[in-house]
Amino acid sequence: MKPYIREKKTFTAAEIPEATAFEAGYLVSVNSGWRSIRPVIDTGRCVGCEQCYLYCPDGVISVQNGKAVIDYDFCKGCGICAKIFRLGAIRTEAEHK
Amino acid sequence: MANSTAERLSRDEFFYGHKACAGCGGALAVRAALKELGQNAVSVLPAGCMSAVGFNFPQLCFSNNSIISTFAGTASMLTGIEAGLRARGYSDFTAVGFAGDGGTADIGIQALSGAIDRNDNIIYICYDNEAYMNTGIQKSGLTPFGARTTTTPAGANIHGNLRPKKNMFEIAAAHDIPYAATASIGYLPDFIRKVGKAAQIRGTKYIHVIAPCPTGWGIAPDETVEIAKEVVDCGLWYLAEYENGEFTLNHRPKDFSSVEAYLKRQGRFKHLDLSDIKTVIEARDRKWAFIEKNFSYS
Repeated sequence: MKPYIREKKTFTAAEIPEATAFEAGYLVSVNSGWRSIRPVIDTGRCVGCEQCYLYCPDGVISVQNGKAVIDYDFCKGCGICAKIFRLGAIRTEAEHK
Repeated sequence: MANSTAERLSRDEFFYGHKACAGCGGALAVRAALKELGQNAVSVLPAGCMSAVGFNFPQLCFSNNSIISTFAGTASMLTGIEAGLRARGYSDFTAVGFAGDGGTADIGIQALSGAIDRNDNIIYICYDNEAYMNTGIQKSGLTPFGARTTTTPAGANIHGNLRPKKNMFEIAAAHDIPYAATASIGYLPDFIRKVGKAAQIRGTKYIHVIAPCPTGWGIAPDETVEIAKEVVDCGLWYLAEYENGEFTLNHRPKDFSSVEAYLKRQGRFKHLDLSDIKTVIEARDRKWAFIEKNFSYS
């Protein structure tokens, strides 16, 4: 389980909570527009060591079938994953070419 | 290839979709700690970066129970949450607070001291990015000597912050707290181990984790983890624990890496001259002489 994007994007006045309480993990916007660089995983070189998964500040990397997969909706392109893995399985490229 | 640290953590993400700057060290500390503590952690966040980036109604990025406290009241709200849940018959939960360096060493120190004094069963984690970053980089009690902030600017006569960093770890330990530790997000498995250990101990636990801020420190977003490692390697920070009245050092660098290289790669220290750097190195050597004398090393 992790917070996920919900469809509903507008709230009527009656739906806005009066107290500071609301459903946990309720996301309405992505962070993908923040990126100036995009990390790309070379699945051939990925050894599934999970270092990138561990050190991602946004938690956008998961390991599926032994290979790292990036959730580009929420990746901000900080590049920590590319630096932490020194064998070059993650390279960074410009977001807008 | 198995990663033993990744194996012990929950695969769930409890801090996801937040609006922290790219490469935020504080966000990594919160995410890692919550993955160790799991779904039943109840987290308290005072005013500061992590509450500002985590709770933007309706964008709510915590998937465990979380609440914003007053700036000064992280520890007192933790006390209340722990007592309230216990009174209602819950036992399988962890009350954990994530406060910044200003919220801990300046504004929240009274509430923290009170909670440790009562020995409430809570975990207090201070993510230390060494200034009030959320409001635009003002000096806090944990800003190190020489750092340029907007309230300690660097000019011809005064070279940034004049005062050294408060020693919050030993201040917490001086309360005879059941467990206190220092950590760095550059040594993430060590931090995660300490959070896990704290969760098993009854009473108040204090963990102080260095969490660099690319925006305030003047580094590239991808350097956060690297610089959090370097601050330990050059001896300006140390990984230690306090338990049963004893200090233990967890990691002793073989040879310190260059303090000058660590300082000069950050925008906030660019202005320091050789005599400032000498002052930093002398303070480091004094600190390590104290550590060698008073800490055991296993």
